[in-house]
Amino acid sequence: MPYDPKEPLKDRITDIGPRHYGEFLPPVIKNNKGKWLYHEIPQPGVLVHVAESGEKIFSVRVGGCRLMSVEHLKEICDIADKYCDGYLRFTTRNNIEFLVQDESKLKPLIDDLKSRKFEGGSNKFPIGGTGAGVTNIVHTQGWAHCHTPAIDASGVVKAVMDGIYDQFGSMKLPAPVRVSLACCLNMCGAVHCSDIAILGIHRKPPMVDSEWIDKLCELPLAIAACPTGAIKPAKTADGKKSLEVNAERCMFCGNCYTMCAAMPLADEVGSGIAILVGGKLSNRMTKPKFSKVVIPFIPNEPPRWPTTVAAVKNILDVYSKDARKYERLGDWAERIGWERFFEKTNIPFTHHLIDDYRFAYTTWRQSTQFKF
Amino acid sequence: MGKRNTPMLDELEKGPWPSFVSDIKQQAEKGKHILKEAPADLLGVMELSYVDKVTHWKHGGIVGVFGYGGGIIGRYCDQPQAFPGVAHFHTVRVNQPSSKFYTTKFLRSLCELWEKHGSGLTNMHGSTGDIVFLGTTTDHLEPLFFEMTHELNQDLGGSGSNLRTPECCLGQSRCEFACYDTQEACDNLTHEYQDELHRPAFPYKFKFKFDGCPNGCVASIARSDMSFIGTWRDDIRIDQAAVKAYVGGEFAPNAGAYSGRDWGKFDIQKEVIDRCPTNCMSWDGSKLEINNRECVRCMHCLNVMPRALRKGLDTGASILFGAKAPILEGAQMSTLTVPFIKMESPFDEAKELVEKVWDWWMEEGKNRERLGELIQRKSFQEFLRVCELDPDPRMVDEPRSNPYIFWKEEEVEGGWTRDIDAFRAKHQR
Ligand code: HEM
Ligand code: HEM
Ligand code: SF4
Ligand code: SF4
Ligand code: SF4
Ligand code: SF4
Repeated sequence: MPYDPKEPLKDRITDIGPRHYGEFLPPVIKNNKGKWLYHEIPQPGVLVHVAESGEKIFSVRVGGCRLMSVEHLKEICDIADKYCDGYLRFTTRNNIEFLVQDESKLKPLIDDLKSRKFEGGSNKFPIGGTGAGVTNIVHTQGWAHCHTPAIDASGVVKAVMDGIYDQFGSMKLPAPVRVSLACCLNMCGAVHCSDIAILGIHRKPPMVDSEWIDKLCELPLAIAACPTGAIKPAKTADGKKSLEVNAERCMFCGNCYTMCAAMPLADEVGSGIAILVGGKLSNRMTKPKFSKVVIPFIPNEPPRWPTTVAAVKNILDVYSKDARKYERLGDWAERIGWERFFEKTNIPFTHHLIDDYRFAYTTWRQSTQFKF
Repeated sequence: MGKRNTPMLDELEKGPWPSFVSDIKQQAEKGKHILKEAPADLLGVMELSYVDKVTHWKHGGIVGVFGYGGGIIGRYCDQPQAFPGVAHFHTVRVNQPSSKFYTTKFLRSLCELWEKHGSGLTNMHGSTGDIVFLGTTTDHLEPLFFEMTHELNQDLGGSGSNLRTPECCLGQSRCEFACYDTQEACDNLTHEYQDELHRPAFPYKFKFKFDGCPNGCVASIARSDMSFIGTWRDDIRIDQAAVKAYVGGEFAPNAGAYSGRDWGKFDIQKEVIDRCPTNCMSWDGSKLEINNRECVRCMHCLNVMPRALRKGLDTGASILFGAKAPILEGAQMSTLTVPFIKMESPFDEAKELVEKVWDWWMEEGKNRERLGELIQRKSFQEFLRVCELDPDPRMVDEPRSNPYIFWKEEEVEGGWTRDIDAFRAKHQR
């Protein structure tokens, strides 16, 4: 009974929700759910979980591109059929986990994964992303699919992951480092709480497409959308209703463009990358915290974004050498002091790094305790 | 058949990390997807963005399936003549199963569906958690939805001003730290609130996320309006023999997560006792003791010695509200509101709270005002009244330091109305 375009509402099914997860759990997991005793990471990218019953499940974690084709997915299925009785999962950070119930299949799986390469030469299934290393970079759509980005996403991630590839397949850092990328301030993804965040920002106020704006947008909505009240009604010389932006008050958030397509702000030289560091989500030892801006702007440099890659590598290297075991990047920066952070990483401190938005005061220093 | 010239993107085929460019090319060449030109044209339009350094996607128009206000996001290219294969390139959000476990059988059926109705390109997964089918045309939406529901018994996710697709960590399915069944909670609430997921009625988006413990693997504290974070209220269970095995070097600390570097011999004093944020642990050389009343359940000691220490048995979740990304008012993390509730199916207590909060937000929230912003505007006190919760020192890091307290008239003896003449009888002007 296929879809009948003449009767689109016939036999319609709605609101059935997702399939039940129970259908997709490997038997070992189903049998031991809620009864796991402990886990170990025998080698980077490989986890073993041991249940109270003594049963074990092995997981081999491999990096994946979030933008993934059906051809690639089918290859993943072939591998899971061969070694994993047809079971696999994806992690929050777009890694793929092959779930192995039969230990004798573990090594053949690993060898197989290592052998597969794309025609262009890159690895299809790099193994890693566990423990005190970097895992896959969570990211957003960028130039592949979104209307508001200041930067690309997939391309920047590819370039950065190539640059820090060694940290994906090893566990040599003082603590886990989560790198995230969002291509605009909407931040689809939690880059505002990442150890290292790569964030697309705009630096030019929106243009107003006065010819069209009254036809495309509800003007009061666009006015109300501006967090700083920078937008007010205006009329063109020939009497059309339009809007005007007070550029001095604009902080380039792009919210007006989100509400109104006739106010584009992306620009070849205006848009680029800011780097934030020191955020975390877990409650381990210290509380979750926001990432802080340490590099206010890096130009868009397609196709390989060399300045951004170098900046991420530099921060990782200095942190790796200087921090203590278990110390997250932000905890390290706070222990040594931000003045030392800039000194050690050799990043220039500019006026752009001093907060001037609401609540800024809480980030200024109200003490004479500082380091020379 | 568009094999595009993409010298800039081709640079991204180099290097060890998997190349999405190579992958899209393989789909363009070998894929069985119906929208034949789409992958090659996507590379083409991206190449143009690499040259122009600006996106070539337009604002989404309104597209969707009958009766749903969410789940599909319209997307159009601003160079349709040059790239007809992606002139219309809508996103379909498919509601992922809890924790993203799959059988290859199901995954293959999704692939087949997407070959039949789209570009063959996906996001596995989008940031919100959905399976994202990347790129199709309007005429494919109804047939795709029909087949997905009839043949795969599977529904769309959410988008727009509604409940976004809830997401959870893998929880009890494979993690010894999980304090409740995140998968069941996520699945149950997703099914309960299908109407809110598919028919926008809110001021703006609303997200539930479920973390099984304070390690926070799905980042609920930073990116959900309502975060459920597993916790326990009784004592950490200690296996003293296993503690000794860590001290003696038989077990790798932190499950081996730090094995890539020589950090020296494991030192329980330095690495655990002294690192406990509340200093509530002690080790006398043979016995580990924890003053559990002082423990804030930060997870550090459990992470370091998973074979020796286990969470308590009286488990549930803390509920926090109001996280969001910077837009509009600035980034917020979730605020602890309910220190502890039991999380057992059918989660009635949690649902009761959800509905109180939604009623308030729908009544008071302005267009595009996230819950966290409303709580700031109206005050946390008012939010507690809405939730019918008593104030508790657990909800704040510290009490207020400014004394500008908004007393209410009924809180002050004798009310606010006084007689100026009676006052003047005693006090000259
Ligand atoms: C030894 C203890 C830990 C274990 C067993 C563990 C386990 C896991 C697992 C199984 C995932 C994948 C979850 C999913 O995809 O849904 C994950 C992801 C994650 N974990 Fe942990 N975790 C631990 C400690 C931590 C700590 C200490 C932090 C933060 C400081 C942390 C932060 C994260 C984050 C942000 C993710 C995101 C996802 C990813 O990489 O896939 N975890 N963790
Ligand atoms: C019409 C405007 C918007 C569109 C078209 C849009 C589009 C999207 C898309 C496509 C995603 C999924 C991202 C992915 O995984 O690929 C997403 C998620 C997200 N969006 Fe937006 N977005 C819009 C506005 C906003 C705004 C204004 C905010 C900030 C308040 C925002 C914050 C987020 C966040 C935080 C996520 C990720 C959520 C998560 O990780 O669960 N978005 N958005
Ligand atoms: S972060 Fe911004 S530009 Fe990137 S996908 Fe989200 S809304 Fe689009
Ligand atoms: S970009 Fe943001 S601050 Fe600037 S005018 Fe638009 S809404 Fe206002
Ligand atoms: S949040 Fe806690 S329970 Fe969930 S996967 Fe992470 S460590 Fe395990
Ligand atoms: S969980 Fe954290 S606070 Fe509690 S005893 Fe362990 S280290 Fe200390």
